[in-house]
Amino acid sequence: MNGVTRVLRQLGAMTINGVWRLGFATRFLLMILWYSGQSFRRLHLTIREIYFSGVLSLLIILVSGLFVGLVLGLQGYETLQRYGSSDALGVLVALSLVRELGPVVAGLLFASRAGSAVTAEIGLMKTTEQLKAMDMMAVNPIARVVAPRFWGGVLSMPLLAAMFSAMGVFGGWLIGVVFIGVDDGAFWSQMQAAVDFRNDVLNGVIKSVVFGVAVSLIAVFEGYDCVPTAEGVSRAITRTVVSSALAILALDFVLTSFMFRGQ
Amino acid sequence: MMSRTTLDLWVGVFVALGCAALIFLAMKVGNFTGLNGAQLYSVEAPFDNIGGLKVRAPVKSAGVLVGRVADIRFDAETYRAVVRLDLDTRYAFPRDTIATILTSGLLGEQYVGLEPGADVDELKQGDRIQITQSAVVLEKLIGQFMFNKAAETPVQQ
Amino acid sequence: MRDVRFAYGEREVLRGIDLTVRRGQVVAIMGGSGCGKTTLLRLIGGQIRASSGRVEVDGRDVGEMGADALYAMRRRMGMLFQFGALFTDMSVFDNVAFPLREHTDLPASLVRDLVLMKLQAVGLRGAAALMPAELSGGMARRVALARAVALDPMLVLYDEPFAGLDPISLGIIGQLIRRLNDALGASTIMVTHDVHESLEIVDYVYFVSEGRIVAQGTPDEIRASSDPFVHQFVHAEADGPVPFHYPAAPMASLLEGGGA
Repeated sequence: MNGVTRVLRQLGAMTINGVWRLGFATRFLLMILWYSGQSFRRLHLTIREIYFSGVLSLLIILVSGLFVGLVLGLQGYETLQRYGSSDALGVLVALSLVRELGPVVAGLLFASRAGSAVTAEIGLMKTTEQLKAMDMMAVNPIARVVAPRFWGGVLSMPLLAAMFSAMGVFGGWLIGVVFIGVDDGAFWSQMQAAVDFRNDVLNGVIKSVVFGVAVSLIAVFEGYDCVPTAEGVSRAITRTVVSSALAILALDFVLTSFMFRGQ
Repeated sequence: MMSRTTLDLWVGVFVALGCAALIFLAMKVGNFTGLNGAQLYSVEAPFDNIGGLKVRAPVKSAGVLVGRVADIRFDAETYRAVVRLDLDTRYAFPRDTIATILTSGLLGEQYVGLEPGADVDELKQGDRIQITQSAVVLEKLIGQFMFNKAAETPVQQ
Repeated sequence: MRDVRFAYGEREVLRGIDLTVRRGQVVAIMGGSGCGKTTLLRLIGGQIRASSGRVEVDGRDVGEMGADALYAMRRRMGMLFQFGALFTDMSVFDNVAFPLREHTDLPASLVRDLVLMKLQAVGLRGAAALMPAELSGGMARRVALARAVALDPMLVLYDEPFAGLDPISLGIIGQLIRRLNDALGASTIMVTHDVHESLEIVDYVYFVSEGRIVAQGTPDEIRASSDPFVHQFVHAEADGPVPFHYPAAPMASLLEGGGA
């Protein structure tokens, strides 16, 4: 009996905590949007954050994109040539990258590279009372610290996803056309015939924007909300990566089911 | 600490690369260059059976992309499918053009093929293509083949 | 800054406190760790609100202020945090320049002159280009001090300015607090548990224990005080009105009941 009530109590506490955090995160997002005007007036703050979350993630994104493209090229060729349609390699590589792998894998990499860094930075600022000090100096930490990092992430993410996809297509081309010898013309023309600008490319971009918002919000929220100790910060970083990954995959399912329904 | 100008430069390079990647995806990977932005006119074509034709499927003439399927609906009066085709105004077709539903490759997607006739008048916005040829439905084809085979058998014996 | 009256009830941390700081005064609030001194400062800064009672700064009730009024008040306030709370991603110069850049539209050359003046006042003009990580604890505290007074505030709050400093740095910070207060004509509220250093520089002392003010007076009165609490605190005795033992059942009963 005691055990049952304890389990129920834990479940209740978890639910309340979860709902509370969700509500707080929503309020936090509204506050970020509210104070964004102030941050955009000082554009160099956001530019700085684009540097930290975008430019510094560039290498990992490009290299991973290339490798994913290479693997897709090999695997895709292997499967397609059984049906004698290895000319469709370009279609396979481009569609899987532009629709799914580009936004999703770039989002996951972005969460672990830039998201965790943002959480760590804000968490550390909280731990060392820098946020409080800022607040006492009549500078709103959400406007000065959080909003620029949020927008830096939101703006970087679609660009990174596009670069990932482009790099992946290049990787697929490298394997398929240069090494295996699929016809260059067929590779590109079939790809162009099958990949639609609005349905595929634009939807991929929309996905990456949504992922960018989700990852950036989770990262700044976890940092701002963390327990201000060394342990609290490290836990917040872990939570950022885990929640971001889950959010990306769940959102990807929801968005995909809306975008490509019945086509 | 990095100086402000270096930082701006890097961010500039980053944004330029990102935009280049987007343009690459739009132009080279996708078919943004296709019909988007071109002037269109639409004509209707009734079919007995459209098979697996989908909205936004290509419309080709002599293998060249000239338009896209804009809309497919069922006409309850004639019990036929009415397909609306958006065609590029750069290409004009005679009024007696034949519309056929074709398949690219054995398992490929279906598209509408236009075969120009000899009429001097041209198709205009809102016109209807009179002569159409339905999609080849594999089941029917197989059924016909089996039927023919069955009919042939006694003759061979 | 005429009058900070302060009463705070209900909650465990502070149970009804009254204190007044006049313009030009340096006031120390002393007490053991965890007696609610930091809470007091946060109330004055408006980071938390009193559950009852009034906190007045310059005749205006902090608890009633909206966000804008609060920020307007904080611009005229400087605060030094326990460990400095310097912005680790900025150089010393940028740290001190931060409030100036955020709140004024001064041209860059004027900001530079002002910042160097403030750094000169704390003796660290030569360290302007260093990063906070390259500073010693005492130096970081001095930079934070320069940043706290960058906007020439009317009220400066110090949270444990002496914590974790060697005797020399401690003396330097103490003298700086006094000098800056007199130079600015401001008021200073200092929360600390370092008795001897504080008694050297302050005008008035409040002793806080268990959420109440248990003693107050000028440094001379405090030194001469026969109050048992003050005596224990000033002379650092282990046991007294503030017990050495955290409240617990007697040891004997614990030992007897150990087998059960």
